[in-house]
Amino acid sequence: MFQKKTNVLALCILSLIVLATITAQWWLPFSPTNIDPEKRLTAPSFDHWFGTDDFGRDVFARTVVAAQVSLAVGGIVALFATVIGTTIGLVSGYFRKVDFILMRVIDGFLAFPALLLALALVAALGGSLINIIIALTLAFFPVMARVVRSATLQVKNESYIEAARTTGASHFVVITRYIFPNILSPVIVQSTFIFAKAILAEAALSFLGVGVDPSTPTWGSMLQEAQIYLTIAPWYSIFPGLGIVITVLALNLLGDGLRDAFDPHQVKRKPRTKVA
Amino acid sequence: MSDLLEINDLRVHFPVKKGLFQRPKQYVKALNGVDLNVRQGETLGIVGESGCGKSTLARSIMGLEEPTSGEILFNGKDYMNADAKDIHHMRRDVQMIFQDPYTSLNPRMKAGESIAAPLKAYKETDRVEKRVRELLELVGLDPDTDYHKLPHEFSGGQRQRIGIARALALEPKLIICDEPVSALDVSVQAQVLNLLQDLQKKLGLTYVFIAHDLSVINHIADRVAVMYLGKVMEKVDAGSFQSQALHPYSRALLSAVPVPDPSEERRLDRIVLNGELPSPADLPSGCVFHTRCPLATERCRTEVPVLEEKHNPNQKVACFHTG
Amino acid sequence: MLKVDNLHVHLDTSDGIVKAVDGVTFSIEAGETIGIVGESGSGKSVLAHSLMRLNPEPPATYPKGKVYVNDRNVLQMNKKELRHLRGNQVAMVFQDPMSSLNPVFKVGKQLIEGIQAHRKRPKKEAKEKAIELLRDVGIPDPESRIDSYPHQFSGGMRQRVLIAMALASEPKLLVADEPTTALDVTIQAQVLDLLKQIQHKYGAAILIITHDLGVVAQLADRILVMYAGRIVEFGSTQDIFYRTAMPYTWSLLRSIPTAGAKRRLIPIDGQPPSLIHPPKGCNFEPRCPFATDACRHIDPDLEPRGDGHQAACILSASEFESIKEEVASS
Repeated sequence: MFQKKTNVLALCILSLIVLATITAQWWLPFSPTNIDPEKRLTAPSFDHWFGTDDFGRDVFARTVVAAQVSLAVGGIVALFATVIGTTIGLVSGYFRKVDFILMRVIDGFLAFPALLLALALVAALGGSLINIIIALTLAFFPVMARVVRSATLQVKNESYIEAARTTGASHFVVITRYIFPNILSPVIVQSTFIFAKAILAEAALSFLGVGVDPSTPTWGSMLQEAQIYLTIAPWYSIFPGLGIVITVLALNLLGDGLRDAFDPHQVKRKPRTKVA
Repeated sequence: MSDLLEINDLRVHFPVKKGLFQRPKQYVKALNGVDLNVRQGETLGIVGESGCGKSTLARSIMGLEEPTSGEILFNGKDYMNADAKDIHHMRRDVQMIFQDPYTSLNPRMKAGESIAAPLKAYKETDRVEKRVRELLELVGLDPDTDYHKLPHEFSGGQRQRIGIARALALEPKLIICDEPVSALDVSVQAQVLNLLQDLQKKLGLTYVFIAHDLSVINHIADRVAVMYLGKVMEKVDAGSFQSQALHPYSRALLSAVPVPDPSEERRLDRIVLNGELPSPADLPSGCVFHTRCPLATERCRTEVPVLEEKHNPNQKVACFHTG
Repeated sequence: MLKVDNLHVHLDTSDGIVKAVDGVTFSIEAGETIGIVGESGSGKSVLAHSLMRLNPEPPATYPKGKVYVNDRNVLQMNKKELRHLRGNQVAMVFQDPMSSLNPVFKVGKQLIEGIQAHRKRPKKEAKEKAIELLRDVGIPDPESRIDSYPHQFSGGMRQRVLIAMALASEPKLLVADEPTTALDVTIQAQVLDLLKQIQHKYGAAILIITHDLGVVAQLADRILVMYAGRIVEFGSTQDIFYRTAMPYTWSLLRSIPTAGAKRRLIPIDGQPPSLIHPPKGCNFEPRCPFATDACRHIDPDLEPRGDGHQAACILSASEFESIKEEVASS
């Protein structure tokens, strides 16, 4: 995991972004809501590193603060989708009788593109932070449920599961102590990908104008506001855009790295070979 | 000696489904009327080739397979028709040792935890650690160093010892050994076989020992049952199995085993069976062995032979041609 | 026809270099059957794969030694020469008959390709040859079975097909890696019988690798016992079974259950040594019932114990005989 440079880099970038976002209020030179009409759309300078927007607000401060929302939405959605998806996947993979029904429901969810589903849900529920989280969770948990179900089906056939049953273990114990620890790696990998996808989806929703309340800056809403100034004030679009690109890229790299680290079948630089 | 386990006319049929909603048209008859009894304190060896139903038999006794019909009596009590609570209690008296020591232990559980798991399942939570240490010592592992190791840190033979300790944790009366040494190297095989024999003597255990390796069965069993396509073909004392087995399938099996002795080996008149095992979904009529039997006659094709006493009360054979 | 001279095969793993084959020398005459016996991890499979250079590289490397097939060193061959070797002189039968056949092609197609790779000839002739081969390996009704897919054969029949494919190139040497391990005893008996017939008819030398002492007792002319990457004893089948000269072989023979006599088994204690850091002295010393202080320091070479019989042990033949008698009487 730590042997590959890209994995270390991804981890560093993510830590830096998270740290910067959490501590932002203590060190930001400008408040993200501080309006300065005299400095509308000024280019990046020593004072305003990323320039200013159409209200003269500091783009750097707004980009950093916007990360709070993006990361929070991504993280919470990843957590909820993982918990719900894992539970459904485990139950579905373990109990064959409920499997058929649960999986048809999941198929129903998967029939819609995730973003479209989220868009429809937010449109119906109204655009608040909580509703966005609910909508994105509903959009992403089916994928997790599918992944967990197939991993469960695989592990269920191992003979240690049978052994656990014959020593009197209840279904609950079998699922939590025998199956869950052995499917943890795909769960972790998948949840990093959901994290990244949720950030993108949140940005897309905000860009389409159905996102979080406009007073809180998010990368998506910043892009939306900036698009009309794209030719005269490109910095206004570039920096929030870069925020999305870098965070999502780092998360995806991390997910790939975790998958390689967990998966013994992947060829490592020095393969471990069975001597027969 | 009394019977600890009695199996009467046990049948397990699996439906073969074709298509999603269609009714099954065919059944794979994995067990097709098996009668067996296991006496207190003995080792009953069950031999047969793949597809003979020996693993299905083990799984049925363990309650992992739902029998289609028949009886499994444990200590005279009907296993299959008891309620869930009784079954839970009965089951602790019957434990199992699995074939593959590499897949029968949870890779994320330490050796000590694996052995403690059955105790916890039966809510025997006091002095678990002490009991697990005793068990580790009993199977020849080191309670201090091996307690906290994960399965991948052990060799195959050591893992099988953990599996044995786990099976012993609840002080069962009967242990089903499903090919417990077939995945091990020969030198380690002997270690495990000796351990099983020592434990039997020390703890008064009863074994049902399933194997495809006749020399292992010969070595460890008191009585042998030979299975073929879901039926018992012959039951005989292990001591006279080698020399006095009567059923043509038993004879063929015995002669097919390569003996590790060159002069013996080249002298033997080998009975090489023709053809292959018929599909258990489409069993031959009459005696199921007639398609490969060198003695088969018209009668074998139409009539089903029953297990009958031959020569002495300890030998039962299902064949028309064994006088 | 095959000569292996001081062969070393190393496997480069994340834990270190595994000395899978550590200085092995032997030869095979045309038409004879040699059995390699050893437990898992003894290096017997790696050795067999080296003969055709089939070990994946990396991790395998060949730091020392030579493998001669008809006086040509296999380890120095280029790709074209290796292909010629594999297609014409040495053929291999693998343990798992299912994964060694391509499931999406008909058996006949795979067989005909093998025949045509060996020698260019018209399709029709190749097909006739394929049918003949299938008949030789005892597949009933080969004219119609040639159009079946691998999954339509049972395990034993698939192993027969694999043997037919190996024979397609009319090899001088047939390497069989645990050819019957995946099969039931009655089917194993059929396949072993087949190997004997084949040898009679085609006159190929056979190298059979197995952990089953019964199989070699039945089939082999000479036996090579491997332990921890080395040959520890080599001799005629009679020598190995009746004039055992190495404690490992002797312990191995005593640890297997035999029919009839219900004596207690005598296991070999402990585990095989690490091949990354092998013991300084004799590899078998930690498990050997007769080990002395000297064994901890001296790494014994294979030394003659009579006509064509070799063993790697500091005990001389007579010393070991007297120890064996002592054990037998106690």
